[in-house]
Amino acid sequence: MRTFRLGGIHPPDNKITAGSSIRELPVPEQVSIPIFQHIGAPPKILVERGAEIKVGEPIASSEGFISAFIHSSVSGKVIKIDKVTDISGYKRMAVVVKVDGDSWQDGIDRSPELKKEIKIEPQEIIQKVLQMGIVGMGGATFPTHVKLSLPRGKEADYLLVNGAECEPYLTSDHILMVERTNEILCGISIMMKALNVEKAIIGIENNKPDAIARLTECARDFKGIEVAGMKVKYPQGGEKQLIKTLIDREVPSGGLPIDVGAVVFNVGTMFAVYEAIQKNKPLIERVVTITGKDMKDPGNFMVRIGTPVSSLVEAAGGLPESTGKVISGGPMMGKALNSLDVPIIKGTSGVTLLPEAESSRKEIQNCIRCSKCVTVCPMGLEPYLLMALGEREMFERMEDDKAMDCIECGSCSYICPSNRPLLDYIRLGKVEINKLRRARKN
Amino acid sequence: MNQVILYTIISLSATGVAAAIILFLIAQRFRVIEDPRIDDVEDALPSANCGGCGYAGCRNFAEACVKAENMSGLFCPPGGNDTMANVAGILGMEALEQDPEVAVVRCSGSFACRPRTNQYDGATSCAVASSLYAGDTGCQWGCLGHGDCVRPCEFDAIHMNPETGLPEVVDEKCTACNACVEACPKDIIELRKRAKRDRKIFVSCINEDKGGIAKKSCSVACIGCGKCEKVCPHDAITIENFLAYIDPVKCKLCRKCPPVCPTNSIHEIGFPPRKPKPEPVAKTLEAGESDEPTKKEDKK
Repeated sequence: MRTFRLGGIHPPDNKITAGSSIRELPVPEQVSIPIFQHIGAPPKILVERGAEIKVGEPIASSEGFISAFIHSSVSGKVIKIDKVTDISGYKRMAVVVKVDGDSWQDGIDRSPELKKEIKIEPQEIIQKVLQMGIVGMGGATFPTHVKLSLPRGKEADYLLVNGAECEPYLTSDHILMVERTNEILCGISIMMKALNVEKAIIGIENNKPDAIARLTECARDFKGIEVAGMKVKYPQGGEKQLIKTLIDREVPSGGLPIDVGAVVFNVGTMFAVYEAIQKNKPLIERVVTITGKDMKDPGNFMVRIGTPVSSLVEAAGGLPESTGKVISGGPMMGKALNSLDVPIIKGTSGVTLLPEAESSRKEIQNCIRCSKCVTVCPMGLEPYLLMALGEREMFERMEDDKAMDCIECGSCSYICPSNRPLLDYIRLGKVEINKLRRARKN
Repeated sequence: MNQVILYTIISLSATGVAAAIILFLIAQRFRVIEDPRIDDVEDALPSANCGGCGYAGCRNFAEACVKAENMSGLFCPPGGNDTMANVAGILGMEALEQDPEVAVVRCSGSFACRPRTNQYDGATSCAVASSLYAGDTGCQWGCLGHGDCVRPCEFDAIHMNPETGLPEVVDEKCTACNACVEACPKDIIELRKRAKRDRKIFVSCINEDKGGIAKKSCSVACIGCGKCEKVCPHDAITIENFLAYIDPVKCKLCRKCPPVCPTNSIHEIGFPPRKPKPEPVAKTLEAGESDEPTKKEDKK
């Protein structure tokens, strides 16, 4: 079975919600749609306070190349354009809409029927992906149109689709692959056309046999799409790891996948692309897994962007008493939430509720140089050394030791027998190195 | 046998003498001529190597002083004006006097004033915590309380108060070397002009949220009401982004603003207690906000 070579860990996968089909979450009474949901430049707000808006109406337009459009996910009245607390607790600009009915903008096709025929040209596809506000839905929220506009002189020969979902607990991609199989395959065909590539490979970890079977069966009707099973290993869904697993190429340090002729997308993004191109529907809702061992009714929900996490928790049976942390994303890469009023954004693939006993960190002890962190690092780094440098604020040496190659998968912190906060310090180092680099540029 | 020893001694000595001659010649040839004044200047400096001057250490600063044409931009904060006068004397230049400064912590969100909304159990470092999230209270601006400002202090002048969870500056020891200011990821600590008898009046808050939000997250937050701005006779107070700021240069320490602040976010430190006026009755705040030997009073 295929897998990547360096490092990796095997956390218990706890996929409680696997096989629970997608349910529609009722539209909440009020949504707050953050303006800044992606990597890059913040977009420009298009609506004013008091404006009546419909579902699918753009409320912010992209500013600069790496940026994205934001659309209204509900219909109603804009009651506030103000700063709202985001996941990290900082306040960011958001458009708060009081929901009134559910009237959609004209031209959006909401019928479930499959539209297979691709009528538009590659350039138009890129334009449309930009206007529909599509960003990477695996969690990093990198604007998709940027990935589609290849730098001059670079050519892609593989389109890789990430269906690994190696993060424990989360099942949103899994259920999407099982229930929206043809839509995803059609989205891949659209992307293949836009990128002018002949071959696409969907990588799925083999703990999802139903998804592999279903996709393999349906992929026969589509040209050039291959489905590949992969050995279960975290972080297989990392871009660089997936490239290594599927086509055995290594992205150079500081490089991009396109340097080795590959472009990687998440299956969720492929579904969003299908809806945007074929159905004219902007990215206004996504599948979110709400899960936790003590939850009454965990599951996968289709959630409008901007819905507060609290209404999702309520739909899944309320907050269990044992809850220690509520995490946006999975337990490995997710971020603990500061409050339950935080809105769901384009990059939220799940909400995980961890009980107190499992979530709290243990006492930090001294490094015993067991080198377990070095063994599991999928990027071949030395986390213990990077942490020591981070603690001593030696950020220049951290840069020389390739701290910027860290993909923040958290394998080192997971495996450390001394419970050292390795990733915390590496992350701090990355922030500081970025500052140094910007200072050097100016 | 004896001959062997003799030859050994002779050959080794000869090698030694030859090496010494070569080394002497090389040392002559590549001699680094260093200004002897650098050593003198270094001796005059406090040797704290705190980096407050902006150079890597005292030696580095001494070199810069010797190379410089005049003393502008060169100042040793721990040494102060006396040290700089000495240095200028050695170099035959004129020292530029600078107002002495002191570090001031602009947050008074103690445990009692700021309810904790969540709990952080990661690495004990403000830098790490602030790279992850906004903090364990509703205020995204306030002190995180992990003591990043305490660790770099070379003068033992700043300590965490375990009761309030906030750092406190010992004015007598503080040399305004800027180390804590740079260490604070939230930019809470500010260097302000040192007034006579270490008296100071400052807004102990940097919350730029709207009044209502600020007040909700912290009972002693500046809400930007503008009362202090109106009462100030010296134009020293400006309000920007719902936050008052007292200019330490313009402020004449007239003590008009602290009593009008509705949230007691303006602190006055080092003053004699106010005389209680017969009407309206002055009320002393309970202790716990600050360990400074002060009496904060609120006229109501």
